[in-house]
Amino acid sequence: MYIIIIGGGRVGYYLAKALLNEKHEVLIVEKNAQFCDIINEEMGSVCVRGDGCEAATLTEVGTSRADMLVAVTGEDEDNLVACQVAKHKFNVPRTIARIRNPQNEAIFKKLGIDVTVSATNIILEAIEKEVPTHPLTHLITRADKGLEVVEVRIPQDAKTIGKSVKEVRLPEGTKLALVIPKDRKPAIPNPGTVIREGDQIIALTTPELEEELRAILTGI
Amino acid sequence: MKILIMGCGRVGAQIAALLEQDGHDITILDIDAYSFRRLPPDFKGTALLGNGMDGDVLKRAGIEEADVFIAMTQGDNRNVMAAQIAKHIFHVPRVISRIYDPLRQEMYDTLGLEAFSPTAIFAELVREKVES
Repeated sequence: MYIIIIGGGRVGYYLAKALLNEKHEVLIVEKNAQFCDIINEEMGSVCVRGDGCEAATLTEVGTSRADMLVAVTGEDEDNLVACQVAKHKFNVPRTIARIRNPQNEAIFKKLGIDVTVSATNIILEAIEKEVPTHPLTHLITRADKGLEVVEVRIPQDAKTIGKSVKEVRLPEGTKLALVIPKDRKPAIPNPGTVIREGDQIIALTTPELEEELRAILTGI
Repeated sequence: MKILIMGCGRVGAQIAALLEQDGHDITILDIDAYSFRRLPPDFKGTALLGNGMDGDVLKRAGIEEADVFIAMTQGDNRNVMAAQIAKHIFHVPRVISRIYDPLRQEMYDTLGLEAFSPTAIFAELVREKVES
């Protein structure tokens, strides 16, 4: 694949290295001459100096034949514009933007950016996973499909303990995929499966319903 | 009309002053309180400190009731992003933005943003002066 990276800072640098290792054709666009020199010295001629939001620069680097454009500068607005120019002027099939303000995830999606990556959210999710008291953990988020896979732990005072799955009124659009009991084998739940204390339940839900699902499963 | 201006530079402050004279209700946003010194001393509108690309700040500035949003910061991309938030998220009826880069201005114009490029306008003006 031909992948263009906008921004040759730390994220762009390591991303380019990883993608080159996977044998992709990679090109970085970076404003700062010094950064360009360092990258070109280390990785061969893969960096062009210029403004990745400018159509002229993007023409120069052959954006119309790019399979993907990834904008990873430190500024959300620059990443937005680089992706929009790539999409609307060069018909790049897939655009990915790094965002710093997690609020911008929804905004960028509405403005036509295919994928957003928020370091802030990733760190938050990692912390959630490491904090055992947190009853709901995000495992997979597919923002483009409005779908998430979450893990809910059943705390000792949950109202659902002793109830079967069919007795628990789950929000519409939510499905339980797997139950991992504390001391038994994991099983795919059926309507008769009884929920016990300490169960880890893997469920499919949406960002809107996740809070309701957590409240129902762990409710006191 | 209720008008929200982002960016209290020379142009932003001047627009605020002119529109206020015409009797409009003005709120002006800037990320630097020092910029508000450019407003006329008798300015009666609201000067609000905050980033116009942030939805919460825009809500505080009353974007939900605004009739017009004007993006007038120094950064083309900032203007583009704030203008699109105003138009597509908050559905402000009229959104005007400054985009210095004529190519970017052209593209966003075709995408439905009411954008103008001072670069193109000024160059044209100078050409007319020279050739007249």
